[in-house]
Amino acid sequence: MILSLSKDTIQVLKEQDVVFLKNRVKETAVKIKMGLVNQTRLLTAASELVRNMMRYANGGVCLIEVVSSGRNNGVRLTFSDRGPGIPDIAAAMRDGFSTGKSLGLGLPGTKRLVNEFDIKSKVGEGTVITIIKWANG
Amino acid sequence: MSLKTHQLLQKKKKIILELWMKNQLADEGLREDLISNEELRMQSEELIDALIGNLSGANFTNLDSEEWNPVIEILGGIAITRARQGFSPRETGNFVFSLKEAILEVLQGEIPNDAKALYAESTKINRLMDNLSVVTFETFIKGREEVILRQTDEITEISTPVIRVWDGILALPIIGTLDSARTQIVMENLLQEIVETGSSIAILDISGVPAVDSLVAQHLIKTVSATRLMGAECIISGIRPEIAQTVVHLGIDLSNIITKATLASALAYSFRAMRLEVRKINSLQKN
Repeated sequence: MILSLSKDTIQVLKEQDVVFLKNRVKETAVKIKMGLVNQTRLLTAASELVRNMMRYANGGVCLIEVVSSGRNNGVRLTFSDRGPGIPDIAAAMRDGFSTGKSLGLGLPGTKRLVNEFDIKSKVGEGTVITIIKWANG
Repeated sequence: MSLKTHQLLQKKKKIILELWMKNQLADEGLREDLISNEELRMQSEELIDALIGNLSGANFTNLDSEEWNPVIEILGGIAITRARQGFSPRETGNFVFSLKEAILEVLQGEIPNDAKALYAESTKINRLMDNLSVVTFETFIKGREEVILRQTDEITEISTPVIRVWDGILALPIIGTLDSARTQIVMENLLQEIVETGSSIAILDISGVPAVDSLVAQHLIKTVSATRLMGAECIISGIRPEIAQTVVHLGIDLSNIITKATLASALAYSFRAMRLEVRKINSLQKN
């Protein structure tokens, strides 16, 4: 059972919003006393996903939540966009796969950085990615 | 009512201007430090001339009419200068709102006994002036955004210095997020400086980069490759423990690049590579 304790929605439409979003994620992580290593992991994961959103979907919305499950506190980020969607999620989750000219580590790397990772995508409708990083996970 | 409102306003232009000036000068938010009273008067006169001069029965209610363009232009000019001079949005807004008040006051004096007519005319004027206020705000914000954009440019400009730490060794501290535009500037500056100084070692210090994601890593790898093509070696320093862990988790392979935890160790490595030695002076030997 995961409870959401606080909610904060941020629109990401231009490059400047990315820095703002990262700062907010960091603030939230500091607030729940997440360790420095986990903070950096969460921040890097957020950075990967927001970059994908900017690059492939021209922006979207990010929901930052403080979540609680039993004694564990964490940060849940939900990135939703109305971009083209991902036709083959299994391929996108493979290391080194990229339709752009990137390293192809964004999605699989992000999954390794966080505790919970969920991706839903429909071609032509958009993509929703949810990640959770526990403060001490 | 014998006269149409717009004719009435044209006739009363002088009085409106006086009233408006009085309102503006009486306002607590008057910024005599930013704009002199004469200048304010000139601005006000220019705007009121354009506004009332362009007023006709036809365009009174049609705000999209092209006849408003000169008014909007003047207003936009005033709003932009104010944004640059550092006026607050409230002060800029009050400039237009106090004009509305002045016009309404005059109107009230002219139509004393016909509440219905007064209401109808006031609504029209309100609509017109509100539209002009919105224009003012839009331009004001645009002016402010331009200021911000200019600052962003300045920051990018100053945030990528190439430092000559030793003969043949360059250091480039990177602070903040590395995006594509930034990488381009970093790379250009670095490669240019390598040519100019004939340096053989470049140290990229990323102590000030909050997070290294796959894109930043890709940019770093590209910069290193470009430096190598120029015949120089590139060292990446300032990799903090948490960044090292994240990079490993992401699965980024930086093993082909020489990396160091601190700028000091990168410098020490460079000295060794250049067959230089730093030694403590022995005070006994000196004598």
